Amino acid sequence: MDKSARRKPKKQKNYLKKRFFIFATLALILVVGSYFSERLCPYDPYEQNLSIAKASPSLAHPFGTDRYGRDMLSRVIVGSKTSIYSTLLLVVGITVIGTIVGIICGWNGKKLDTILMRISDIFLAFPGLVFALAVAAVMGGGVQNAVIALGAISWPKYARIARSQTLAQKESLYMRAAILSGCSTGKLILKHILPNITGPILVTAMLDIGTMMMELAGLSFLGLGAKPPVAEWGSMMSDTRNLLTTHPWVTFAPGIAIFLSVMVFNLLGDTVRDLLDPRNER
Amino acid sequence: MEPLLQISHLTKNFSDGKEDEYKAVDDVSFELFPGEKLAIIGESGSGKTTVVNMITRLLDSTDGKILLDGEDITHYKRNKMKNIYRKMQMVFQTPTESFDPRCRLGDAVAESLRNAGIPKKEAMEIVKELFKQCGLPENFMKRYPHEVSGGQCQRAAIARAIAIKPRLLILDEATSALDVTVQAEILQLLDALQEERQMSYLFICHDIALVQNFCDRVLVMYQGKIVEQGKTEEVLHFPKHEYTRMLLDSVL
Repeated sequence: MDKSARRKPKKQKNYLKKRFFIFATLALILVVGSYFSERLCPYDPYEQNLSIAKASPSLAHPFGTDRYGRDMLSRVIVGSKTSIYSTLLLVVGITVIGTIVGIICGWNGKKLDTILMRISDIFLAFPGLVFALAVAAVMGGGVQNAVIALGAISWPKYARIARSQTLAQKESLYMRAAILSGCSTGKLILKHILPNITGPILVTAMLDIGTMMMELAGLSFLGLGAKPPVAEWGSMMSDTRNLLTTHPWVTFAPGIAIFLSVMVFNLLGDTVRDLLDPRNER
Repeated sequence: MEPLLQISHLTKNFSDGKEDEYKAVDDVSFELFPGEKLAIIGESGSGKTTVVNMITRLLDSTDGKILLDGEDITHYKRNKMKNIYRKMQMVFQTPTESFDPRCRLGDAVAESLRNAGIPKKEAMEIVKELFKQCGLPENFMKRYPHEVSGGQCQRAAIARAIAIKPRLLILDEATSALDVTVQAEILQLLDALQEERQMSYLFICHDIALVQNFCDRVLVMYQGKIVEQGKTEEVLHFPKHEYTRMLLDSVL
């Protein structure tokens, strides 16, 4: 390799850091913004005013109004709270549960490993959305049940990653050195295994935020997630889809919101993956 | 004199689940006395590392007995071994890999002290002293393993192994990854430590010249068996077993 190739990694890293900063800021704006969403929206998102129903976009209502005369901008802003927070809750939940199960399997091995991994295989065998549909149908709709349904089919992925990573770390030389230093099992796992397996798990989680957001919106669209009148992007799209040909903006508004936030979280996940890639180290 | 380490009829079979069994270590017996430097030599695959892995109980033995300081540790579980590791420590072949990549060198060296219940501040003082002893600058305590060279890492590994003041130190080809000058410095350090603390060394090696300069006694292993043992001078100058002769010829 020539000189320019050797100089590249540092440049690359700086570029990645910049990219990370930008997308992290955007994601943070989304998360913080959705937390204060009630205060940010110009109108009451639930107030109906039939005299201005199905209004076109204007200065007063940039995204227009839906068939009950509710301001779409306000509804999209308030909807972010349901969409983003339930997604984050879901991703954090499956990451934590999956990681714990994975570490237990990888560390103990033997029977417990076999049993837990077969259970995760069963969950992996279900087609995702179909299973979520079944769960939502049995337990009834609502964001909470949609989160539970998606969580049930998504944790095995994390368990598998955590398990394989734990197995690799367990066999490493420094693990033997730590055993010789008299570390207890708890200390070995918390101090040596966990910090060394968080990288790949974190990347998977970041990349999953976008996917999960789409799937939650999908479930809501099918009427198995958030229930109207609760503002949620998926259910808002489903609500207004028969106005698509005549008043397209009412469907576009939540659609664009989903598109933008999924893109921001996906790009953030991509950047985190590139940043943590060992080939970009040093 | 009571031996510090007494190994009798130690055997390790690796089986592939079927009937084929491979004897990695076959009926190995030897003793190591306090203050002695014992070398195990032999080609790769002769079972040297398997022997020390069984001694440190990182690997279960198929058969045989391991006595450390008169205590039978052959079947000790890990929580019982915690106390045994205060008497016995090991330095691994590849220094950089033997450190947690996300743990600072100082913290890694202090780990055994912290696990023995020494408060953090005191432990760090001891580590500082150890670093000085091993010829490492004090600011290396704050560095990560990938930020120092292999030789410096191996010094840190030795510092870690001697931190708890063990009576037995096992060195598994601990110097083979280092260049000659660093090797010499580390051997000097080990010599100095031995005089200071009366430590015993179990030295796994395939560098005959190094063994000649450093060790009191030699075991020669071949295909999992000890084929010859005795004083370094005798074994190296008047080898009795054919394999030893071959091993020496290949070096000279």
